Amino acid sequence: MMRKFLFVLPVLAAGVLMAQNVDITDWIRGQGGKPALAVTEFRGSGTQQFMGPFNATLFSDLQSSGLFEMKSKSMFPLANPQRPEDLRQEDNKQGYALQDWSGAPVGASHVVFGYSAAVNGVLVLYGYVYDARQTDPQAAQLLYGRYTGTLDDAGAIKTAHEFANDIIQKFGGTGSLLGSRIYFVSNRSGNQELWTMDWDGNNQKQLTNLKSISITPGISADGSRLAFTTYARVSPRIMVLNTETGRTQPFYNQEASLNTTPGFSPDGKLIYYASTASGSSQIVVAGADGQGFRRVSHRNAVEVEPKVNPKNPGILLFVSGPGAQQIYRMNTDGAGVERITNGEGEASNPAWHPDGQHLAFAWTRGYAAGDWNIFVMDVGTKQYVQLTHSEGKNENPTWAPDGRHLVFTSNRSGRSQLYTMLADGTQVKQLTQQGTNKYPVWGSK
Amino acid sequence: MTTKILSPVRSTSLRWAGLSLSLAMVLLAGGCKKKVPVPPPPAPVTQPAAAPAAPAPARPNIADFAAEPSTIERGQSANLRWAVTGSNDVVIDNGIGTVPANGSRTVRPTESTTYTLTAKGPGGTATKTARIVVSAPAPPPPPPPPPANTKGTVESRLQSDLKDALYDYDSNNIRDDARAILTADADALKRIFADFPSATIALEGHCDERGSAEYNLGLGDRRSNSARDFLIQLGIPAEKLKPISYGKERPQCTEATESCYQSNRRAHFAPGQ
Repeated sequence: MMRKFLFVLPVLAAGVLMAQNVDITDWIRGQGGKPALAVTEFRGSGTQQFMGPFNATLFSDLQSSGLFEMKSKSMFPLANPQRPEDLRQEDNKQGYALQDWSGAPVGASHVVFGYSAAVNGVLVLYGYVYDARQTDPQAAQLLYGRYTGTLDDAGAIKTAHEFANDIIQKFGGTGSLLGSRIYFVSNRSGNQELWTMDWDGNNQKQLTNLKSISITPGISADGSRLAFTTYARVSPRIMVLNTETGRTQPFYNQEASLNTTPGFSPDGKLIYYASTASGSSQIVVAGADGQGFRRVSHRNAVEVEPKVNPKNPGILLFVSGPGAQQIYRMNTDGAGVERITNGEGEASNPAWHPDGQHLAFAWTRGYAAGDWNIFVMDVGTKQYVQLTHSEGKNENPTWAPDGRHLVFTSNRSGRSQLYTMLADGTQVKQLTQQGTNKYPVWGSK
Repeated sequence: MTTKILSPVRSTSLRWAGLSLSLAMVLLAGGCKKKVPVPPPPAPVTQPAAAPAAPAPARPNIADFAAEPSTIERGQSANLRWAVTGSNDVVIDNGIGTVPANGSRTVRPTESTTYTLTAKGPGGTATKTARIVVSAPAPPPPPPPPPANTKGTVESRLQSDLKDALYDYDSNNIRDDARAILTADADALKRIFADFPSATIALEGHCDERGSAEYNLGLGDRRSNSARDFLIQLGIPAEKLKPISYGKERPQCTEATESCYQSNRRAHFAPGQ
């Protein structure tokens, strides 16, 4: 898959290369190379029995971020520093000098080390990241963190997640998977209800018990509210749910045969949705309680899935005809309608990347109607990359808060299930097994 | 096995042979023993011979008097046929009157009638009857008994009386076949609303599985509303038909074939809620 992906690269023009930091497109293209991490084995003082889970979690979090080239432990020197005081200018490849890590055979750009100790009944983790290419240890420290947890596996794993998250942020990650959750629709209870789980698929829990059809959730940027479509009151209506309490919040549905595909504005104060109040499904906007609604567009075509740009709340994407469904943009005053996808096949499910510049979406380009694949496109240049290649139908991609992972649905194993992958199409991981699972969104909590 | 069957057969025929022989001997023995003398004949009666009487004139003879057929349904006719000799005064009653000695007559009795033929002649009078039985026509079968509940339920009536209108892919245009179906549906709906004045009907729009779920919600709504507009034009009250789109959330068929896709691209009637 990576090879296919790289094959596409020369086709793409250089329009998005100027972005600072770790740009999603730079990163997808593999420009500039990745930091090469040597993550040493952490040991514990009075906490050694918890360090197995700690080391596994730290390595896994860093690897799955996709940000790093993870160096093989089999090449590491026999000794490694546990504290900054251990570092020397020269150690003859024994492991206490930075060049022992940057030179052959390890070849790391950075070394990650530290230790844990039991302090007054609490597990304390000391973590460091040093630039191994520096000769002077005094100038090489990139990160130091102190983390606490309970004196057990769970406490150790918690500190590993937190440390890994800080490392990822340090290397330009724009958001964090830490504490993030995936919300989705499952029929495993017998009805299509909303469910939630940790981003790695653990702790799957039912959120609603409406005993109806509930679909198309959208989540507020802070992860506190879900807005979705439900048939619980016969006609498809929008309902808003507090993700922490599981309680519904008032939402005024205007009189229409269909109110659906709600999405929050970046500040959470508005909900854009599609309504047939005017006769045809068109984009409308209302307050988060449904009051004060007004029509945004005046086109005579089926319009659904309004998605407001996270960086520029005056722009939204939506899906519409006439003709085969495609992705369009417009200003939130209804002006400036422009088709984003090129008219080939059918396109749907636009999902803004946190950078407000790229979108992931589902497209049948190059395949028969109904054979959806996940693509990522730069809205500015209209250049795109195909991430799945007809392994079943692949739909409903949405970005993780870190901007590097996607959750999506695929029926590659039979029924529709949820998968995550890195935004280059690698590290595909199935999260659900039970029933049919659809409509994922990735919340920051 | 063969011998077991044959042996009793043989013994039976032997027994019959023996019986016939002994019977013959008894008869022969009887014939031999009857040696009694024959009695003389009775003395002849001596009476004066009667003078031969003058020949009497022959009585009329009704050789034939019959109805053909002898049983008719009311309104049908029968044929009376007769043949008389020795008479020149032949009369049939029931309004027929004097007839020739030989003949036939078509009659249409409205009820069962016995015809009497009277033949008078020098030798006397002879009568004979012929009866025509007139039956009422078979009555028509009784009307079928009314079913316990002629109206059924709204749901059963929707199921039995209405058909889905089908659509092309990504379209809400009413096709010619859907036009015919919806026209018939409008008549059926009028009958249903006559029987269930308070009923409302959900007019569901459905889509096949290929378009995105979100877009299909909007497309299904258009299908529902296009069928609804058509029915309203045909006189169905707008408030009786509630449009509702299920997109592709409730397919009636889940195979990836065109025939399955087609059966899912539909406007469908369900009881309103």
